[in-house]
Amino acid sequence: MRRALWVLAVLLSHWRRHKMQFATLLVGLIAATALWSGVQAINQQARTAYDRAAATFGGARTAMLVAPDAATFPQELYVKLRRAGWPVSPTLEGRVQVNGRSLRLLGIEPVTLPVEIGNAPRLGASDLGSFVAPPGQTLVAPETLSDLHEAEGASLPISNGAKLPPLRVLPQLAPGVLVVDIGVAQRLLNKPDQVSRLLIGQPKSKPAGLASVVGDQLQQVEPTAETELERLTDSFHLNLTAFGLLSFFVGLFIVNSAVGLAFEQRLPMLRTLRACGASARLVNSVLVVELVALALIAGLIGLVCGYFIAAVLLPDVAASLRGLYGAQIPGQLSLRPEWWFAGIGISIAGALVAATTSLIKAIRMPVLATAQPRAWQQRQRRWLVLQSLAACAVFAVGLLLLGYGESLIAGFGLLAALMLGAALILPAFLELLLLAGQRAARRPLALWFWADSRQQLSGLSLALMALLLALAVNVGVSTMVETFSRTFLGWLNGRLAADVYISASDDGQGVAIRNWLKERSDVQAILSGGRAETQVQGQPVELLGLPDHALYRERWPLLEAVPQAWTRLVPGNAAFISEQLSRRLNVRIGDVVEVPAPGGSWELDIVGIYADYGNPKGQLTVNVAALIRQFPQTPQTRIGLIVAKENIPGLIGALQKQFALDDRSVADQATVKAESIRIFNRTFAVTSALNAFTLGVAGIALFTSLLTLANSRLPQLAPLWAIGITRPHLAAIELTKTLSVALFTALLAVPLGLLVAWCLIAIVNVKAFGWRLPFHVFPLQLVELVAVALVASMLAALLPVIRLARMQPASLVKVFANER
Amino acid sequence: MLNIKNLSKTFSSAGEPVHVLRGVDLDLRAGERIALTGESGSGKSTLLHLIAGLDAADGGTIRLEDIEVTALSDAGRARLRRDRIGLVFQQFNLIPSLSVADNLAFQARIAERQDAAWTKELVERLGLGALLKRYPEQLSGGQQQRVAIGRALAIKPSLLLADEPTGNLDEATAENVLALTRDLVARTGCGFLMVTHSLHLAATLDRHLTLHAGRIA
Amino acid sequence: MSADRISRRAFAGGIAALALARQAGAQGYAGLGEKADGFAKVTPGKLFAFPGDHGPHPEFRIEWWYLTANLVDSSGAACGLQWTLFRQAAQPGPQGEGWANQQVWMAHAAVTRADTHRFNEVFSRGGVGQAGVTAKTFDAWIDDWELKGFDRTDDRTLAPLELKASSTDFSYALTLEADRPVVLQGDRGYSRKSERGQASYYYSQPFYRARGALTIDDKPVDVSGQAWMDREWSSQPLDADQTGWDWLSLHLASGDKLMLYRLRQKDGRDYPFGNWISAAGETQMIAGGDIQMIPKATAEVAGRKLPVEWQIAIPSRSFSIRCKPLNPKAWMGTGFSYWEGPISFAGTHDGVGYLELTGY
Repeated sequence: MRRALWVLAVLLSHWRRHKMQFATLLVGLIAATALWSGVQAINQQARTAYDRAAATFGGARTAMLVAPDAATFPQELYVKLRRAGWPVSPTLEGRVQVNGRSLRLLGIEPVTLPVEIGNAPRLGASDLGSFVAPPGQTLVAPETLSDLHEAEGASLPISNGAKLPPLRVLPQLAPGVLVVDIGVAQRLLNKPDQVSRLLIGQPKSKPAGLASVVGDQLQQVEPTAETELERLTDSFHLNLTAFGLLSFFVGLFIVNSAVGLAFEQRLPMLRTLRACGASARLVNSVLVVELVALALIAGLIGLVCGYFIAAVLLPDVAASLRGLYGAQIPGQLSLRPEWWFAGIGISIAGALVAATTSLIKAIRMPVLATAQPRAWQQRQRRWLVLQSLAACAVFAVGLLLLGYGESLIAGFGLLAALMLGAALILPAFLELLLLAGQRAARRPLALWFWADSRQQLSGLSLALMALLLALAVNVGVSTMVETFSRTFLGWLNGRLAADVYISASDDGQGVAIRNWLKERSDVQAILSGGRAETQVQGQPVELLGLPDHALYRERWPLLEAVPQAWTRLVPGNAAFISEQLSRRLNVRIGDVVEVPAPGGSWELDIVGIYADYGNPKGQLTVNVAALIRQFPQTPQTRIGLIVAKENIPGLIGALQKQFALDDRSVADQATVKAESIRIFNRTFAVTSALNAFTLGVAGIALFTSLLTLANSRLPQLAPLWAIGITRPHLAAIELTKTLSVALFTALLAVPLGLLVAWCLIAIVNVKAFGWRLPFHVFPLQLVELVAVALVASMLAALLPVIRLARMQPASLVKVFANER
Repeated sequence: MLNIKNLSKTFSSAGEPVHVLRGVDLDLRAGERIALTGESGSGKSTLLHLIAGLDAADGGTIRLEDIEVTALSDAGRARLRRDRIGLVFQQFNLIPSLSVADNLAFQARIAERQDAAWTKELVERLGLGALLKRYPEQLSGGQQQRVAIGRALAIKPSLLLADEPTGNLDEATAENVLALTRDLVARTGCGFLMVTHSLHLAATLDRHLTLHAGRIA
Repeated sequence: MSADRISRRAFAGGIAALALARQAGAQGYAGLGEKADGFAKVTPGKLFAFPGDHGPHPEFRIEWWYLTANLVDSSGAACGLQWTLFRQAAQPGPQGEGWANQQVWMAHAAVTRADTHRFNEVFSRGGVGQAGVTAKTFDAWIDDWELKGFDRTDDRTLAPLELKASSTDFSYALTLEADRPVVLQGDRGYSRKSERGQASYYYSQPFYRARGALTIDDKPVDVSGQAWMDREWSSQPLDADQTGWDWLSLHLASGDKLMLYRLRQKDGRDYPFGNWISAAGETQMIAGGDIQMIPKATAEVAGRKLPVEWQIAIPSRSFSIRCKPLNPKAWMGTGFSYWEGPISFAGTHDGVGYLELTGY
């Protein structure tokens, strides 16, 4: 043990003399760990929130029975099943308006509720009584309580005038849900003797077959490992993970070059250790121990940084997820111990992977140095060929994915293949470029410039690859975001056709408001809409009812439509379908969609396809009158108004006064638009932040590579100095060299980035969200990015170059003295 | 004490076998000091490396005291070097990131055989007292080689092997360093085998052998 | 905190927790010592009427249909089973509709052999039909556990009936026949539980002949033997200082039946009581002072010491027996736990029966 410690002390002494190298190694590991674990922390936070939502008294985690094509079914089926030995528990679900907010109301039956339901909140035995017996309780998450600005014990009225039982906080509960006894829910939702679902617990005996008890009135839905929220948000998290992974690899590039250089420099030391009798096993083990120890320290620091990154990004992520998917994520970061262990683990694993080549070299190292001619050209050629072959293989995989991949993962796979292949082929590409330069050069110094750049390539290539990836991702993502932003704004302008939007609390108020509006001269048109929910082929689908009005014909955007599409809607046998639903159901114009309606199946001809950005649910748009005929329960609470601009504030004020409507219930177009854009912007704030982080890490990679390279380049530069080229001149040449390879890389990153953007827009977005955007290129943005890359490279190259320019002649002379 | 019989070693260079040693026999008694000369490529260094266990022989035997070096595994040879052999090279092979004091103590620490009194005596005799806190790059060639000799002798080895120890030193320094080495070898009573170009220096040791065409002439 | 450990006839069960409503907290579980405010009171002199009294009495706080059977299987080995349906009203007053109904139901089922004891429990709320009792045609059910009459079922004998219950590791199905009418316990069905007037209405059918099948671990065996049903309802059957009880139902070889219990009080005094039912079905109360119940051996089950062997004597009837359990580990580890299992006895009289120990 003492022996190992002495060897470790000797190995560590190297870092004391090479502090910058040490810092590089640590920075690489920290950067890799920090971004990766920051992203993981966010994902974990979100997953915990989804779990909470899913576990709320039997979400998708529990097997259940549902009616095949109705939201609710009679309670007597529940009793029949219980009496046939089925361990089922009923729930009834609906939405209620509380304090102007729409919340999910969930009625449960605590006595039969299966105890094995995930991490469902447990009601203590003594709480059970007060939950069930009048006045009962409304269980809410702490977040919901504070959102409602209410205290525990308050008994809140809902929009139909009924009162909720007193509120009680249950910490594990998902936000946005009100949990009450099923009897209370039936009363509040006005669904006597109806239930939405039966949760299935552990059977206590072998129950009779489902069909023999209830016929085909109910069907069993098996539990899914993934909740609906998880499925919807998968793409978003995959996106984050991809960024985390990218940064992780860029960080490992840094570690790899630092470890590689340190190994080369410590080679004589290792030989001396072995010559003095330290066994190969001892030395190699201590090398690994040293690396693991460094990874441990860097991992810890990285985790702390990751925590802060996550804390900074979380509010935007939470806002995005709420805006895009309605998922409620607490803004306060809470981390599980697994996260810390995983972070340290990934740091160590990353360090070991990055150091693999060096460690293998150390293990294979003979004690005696064999004098080998430095056939770098030969080696470099072989390496370039191998790497290019690998690149071709990766591109081939990408093509296969493009041709045959169906899933979102395949989309990301294609992206990964594209970027990895491009990174691998980059050195060969640059080599060809430099070779061409060398061939064209006439003056000796220019010849040397090109030749030396080629020789430097192997040392710089990892950093350049990192730069290429970071830039390409930047180009790709900013192109996509910009494209999306423009498309979205244009779409929003058309979609928000009305000038004022009103949401009445119930049908009664809706009628009252409409009557009141009819009397007013400042209202040019009243557009009543409606929304119903149903399921098509097992997927939740929203039915949007629009009135037949010229305004919609003129402005409402359709991607594709048959002639006279709006007129076709009026009879009630035709519909427009949202782009994402048309993809999911594989429905084109001219197809027929069958919609289960209370009165039976409703057949709708598809006569148009429209974009519906940001809506996780599939949507069908029909004529509102037809909708109400088919779904008589449809609340008629949504009203749009056409009003002259100058009359809007007055009208809104009057409406608020007359009907006690709050800001949520009545808004003008500008407000709604501003809110949508705000949500949209926050959605991409995270992407932009991660983008910047990644570029930063790539900058560090470039910087550290140049720094380490600078030290090993003295022997190449000293002879030039000796034959009379001044140090500033040498420095200028060095800077030019760095900038030119960086420029080549950046220029290469532009087409690659556009390809990435195309993949994101045409493949990933379509698979993740179901919508395809028109592809735009923004030249100014590209120029800007290339400039940023050059500035970053220049900053990275500057320190070593300044050091060179100021170097004492003695240091250069030493090169000759030390040469063997 | 050191007993070499019929030692052979062949390298292959560009596919052609090169027979470097073709049956070397050598005996070295405890306390005996032998100089080994020969033209470049005669195999002097190879012989030294084989004795030190830095490389494995192809045939023949090397015995050091009770141990048959040629029968040892790689790890066994490392242990042998650690505990019984002091090595001095032309390039000094000090560890640049360790101070003189740490470089001196280095092999003894790995061998777990630190002897404070002996280290102190070495420092005094080698005249390193004022240099202990310096780093190798701050020392002259002669000073560096004295540190290397001190490191090799700190474990009180059975055998001190030196490969051109004065090759990088000027004549006066070389004489001085070798004189010190002779004294210390006498003081420890270990065997000493030195490879050198210099016939003049070779003459200052007990015996002078010449390696020619892979055999001791 | 004594009342919270009482169960069974002193009905409590996990169900009791549901009965708390607004008085929650004051006394922990809905102890049977709670005041019966708002509930109907048990008074002497009630005239029983059947089939009506076979059905539920929701105006009283608690009620049960309690059946035990001493059986032998086709190989001659003794076994026993229990089937119990409890009703408890969370609140007095008019019966709520649907889920608002204040009745809560609980059932226990168990089988006992010398080598094993299996049990399970079920809960249900009233008002929706998941559990309940009808008097005519008699039916008592909770989920797929059921004690059910036929069109030909006689209201006086409450026979024939069929019984079924199933759990993961056992199930049973029996038919029950009887040719003598049900027997009123205590003083014409008025059963006093303390000197301060706590009481219940109590009648039994101890003359059932049982036949059917018992399945343990998917291995069915035919069984036959005798069964005993107790019907009891009350609003406050126990006094606050009563800690539990030891209860026996005995089938004498002579055809006579004997019901005995001893209510244990905090002050160490007991409140013994009994009814002797002749083979012809005539019942006679036995004075408390005439009953000697002496625990003889204890078994340690579930961390408790339980007196599972008894020496019992009624000198006035020259009755002296020693009874032993079929399986000393007949512990009902249900939400509210107690010991309940088949016994056999010998002495001046031989026979089999059931023993129940609560509040230990």
